[in-house]
Amino acid sequence: MNDFYLVWKNLTRKPLRLFLTLFATFIAFMIYGTITAFQAAFDSGVELSADDRLVSVNKINFTQPLPISYVNRVRAVDGVEAVTQMNWFGGYYQDPRQQLIMMAVDAETFLDVYDQVVLSDAERDVWIKDRQGLIAGEAVAKQYGWKVGDRIPVNSNIFSQNDGRTSWDFVVDGIYKGKNAQDDTNSVYFHYKYFDETRSFGKDYVGWMGIRTENPELNEKVIKEIDDMFANTPFETETVPEKVFNKGFIEQIGNIRLILTSVVFAAFFIILVIVGNSMVLAIRERTGEIAVMKTLGFQSGRIFRMVLSESMLLALIGGGLGLGMSTLLVGGISQSMPQLPTLIMKQEIVIKALCFMVGMGLLTGIIPAMNALRLNIITAFSRQ
Amino acid sequence: MTDGNLFELKGISKRFVKGKEAISIFGDLDMTIKKGDFLAIMGPSGSGKTTLLNMLGGVDQPTGGEVWFDGQRIDKYSEGQMAKWRAGNIGFIFQFYNLMPMLSAARNVELPLLLTNLSASQRKKSVDTALELVGLGDRAKHLPKEMSGGQQQRVAIARAIVSDPKLLLCDEPTGDLDRHTADEILEMLQLLNEKFGKTIVMVTHDGAAAKYAKHVLHLDKGEFVEKDLVA
Repeated sequence: MNDFYLVWKNLTRKPLRLFLTLFATFIAFMIYGTITAFQAAFDSGVELSADDRLVSVNKINFTQPLPISYVNRVRAVDGVEAVTQMNWFGGYYQDPRQQLIMMAVDAETFLDVYDQVVLSDAERDVWIKDRQGLIAGEAVAKQYGWKVGDRIPVNSNIFSQNDGRTSWDFVVDGIYKGKNAQDDTNSVYFHYKYFDETRSFGKDYVGWMGIRTENPELNEKVIKEIDDMFANTPFETETVPEKVFNKGFIEQIGNIRLILTSVVFAAFFIILVIVGNSMVLAIRERTGEIAVMKTLGFQSGRIFRMVLSESMLLALIGGGLGLGMSTLLVGGISQSMPQLPTLIMKQEIVIKALCFMVGMGLLTGIIPAMNALRLNIITAFSRQ
Repeated sequence: MTDGNLFELKGISKRFVKGKEAISIFGDLDMTIKKGDFLAIMGPSGSGKTTLLNMLGGVDQPTGGEVWFDGQRIDKYSEGQMAKWRAGNIGFIFQFYNLMPMLSAARNVELPLLLTNLSASQRKKSVDTALELVGLGDRAKHLPKEMSGGQQQRVAIARAIVSDPKLLLCDEPTGDLDRHTADEILEMLQLLNEKFGKTIVMVTHDGAAAKYAKHVLHLDKGEFVEKDLVA
């Protein structure tokens, strides 16, 4: 027998209370792990943005187009290494509810600017040469069961062809991977030329431009030069670093971080009150036993540590199980819902969760531990 | 301090404040306990028996006077020093046994040994010996709730003696037991005193229990009114 044995025996003496308290902690950390993984996935769009990439959109807002002639003019700006254009296609596959993140791009320059789109050399060559070809991220390909060589029709809810049809025919030329685990693989890219020649309106206009600078330090200078160049024209531009653009895009959906943080905070606050209250009651019930231990010669500091260890153990077991479950959940969601951003239980989430567990153990254990530390033997026995 | 004395209380006073009222339990109490004695302290409720026992056990401090134990003055000890002293020198037996309900008999007996440097195997040997001595060798794995009151008090006695203390302090050790079981417990205490040389101080209301002691002291209003009544 040692102190840990006593702590364990005290913790497990009332199985129902232990189960309920563990369950509450389990739920809190399951919510924390899962929501934080979602938050990290949303943030990854910002975090994985390249420092040397800029996005140039119409100054009115990014749904307004820019003339295609801007692309070559931007290419000539000092400090610009590569530039490409993109158009939002508004595509859906088979059913309007099966929306696709689908863009018309200039294949060669697109792959130069966006190096996180990883294709095999063979796929790259085939796609560049194939006017009707598209490349799909592995998540979206998995979702719809697409394979290289498949012919697929995709409808647009914005554009129509010259003959009035809203459906375009494509060949899957490649399935790309991300350079990093959380790089987006939910998108579909096809040739701007094919799109521009066949669409019934909006010809020779692009949605926005993606720009790679020679050096991130040149970003500010390049931004100013581009925006100055198109100032006082019918199509003024607003050029920003990709990080800023992505952040702004995400914030348009709403302040997700605040919503998620509020949910996590509420869960933790409720659990802290529940577990803290249980611990205070549990130790109060043991007043006589603590007094006996002190009478036998156990030092107050040792009893303080034992009570605190009990609340720590409770938080670590419940929290560990909750975090384990959220890891399984996150993996399951990623597998079954590939259209969502890739969810990963990152090491930093686990470390933060462990810190929260220790913090929770301390917070819920400190009051009963202090009560045990200060317990007067005579007073305790007189209460019996 | 005279050789042969285990405890010596000199001019002990104990006062405390309850609300606006100052209450004095002892004014100027002197007391000596010899090594190997079996002393019963009797007296009406509120006479100060338990307070005296608590002071002997170092769980309560006198307001004034000196407390000497085996040649050492202990009344100035800090809380930590006192806890260490208790662990090494005193065995406690309570009226309601005060066993840990989630621990088996053997684990309860082992509890004071966690305060020593004994190895696990040495602790086990001591626990087995103590349980054998109180006749509960076969109940080592039983929880307190699986034992009768008498058996629980035996476990408490085993816990009190397992670390071989010099003094056993018993607070109404038979107060919760029937006559027959009480006699068994008192015989056991007598055996510990006579055969193993343990010094025992027992607080009791029970005149029949006091007869097992070598000496009986009567306490009333914080003073000894009759001394050295040999049973």
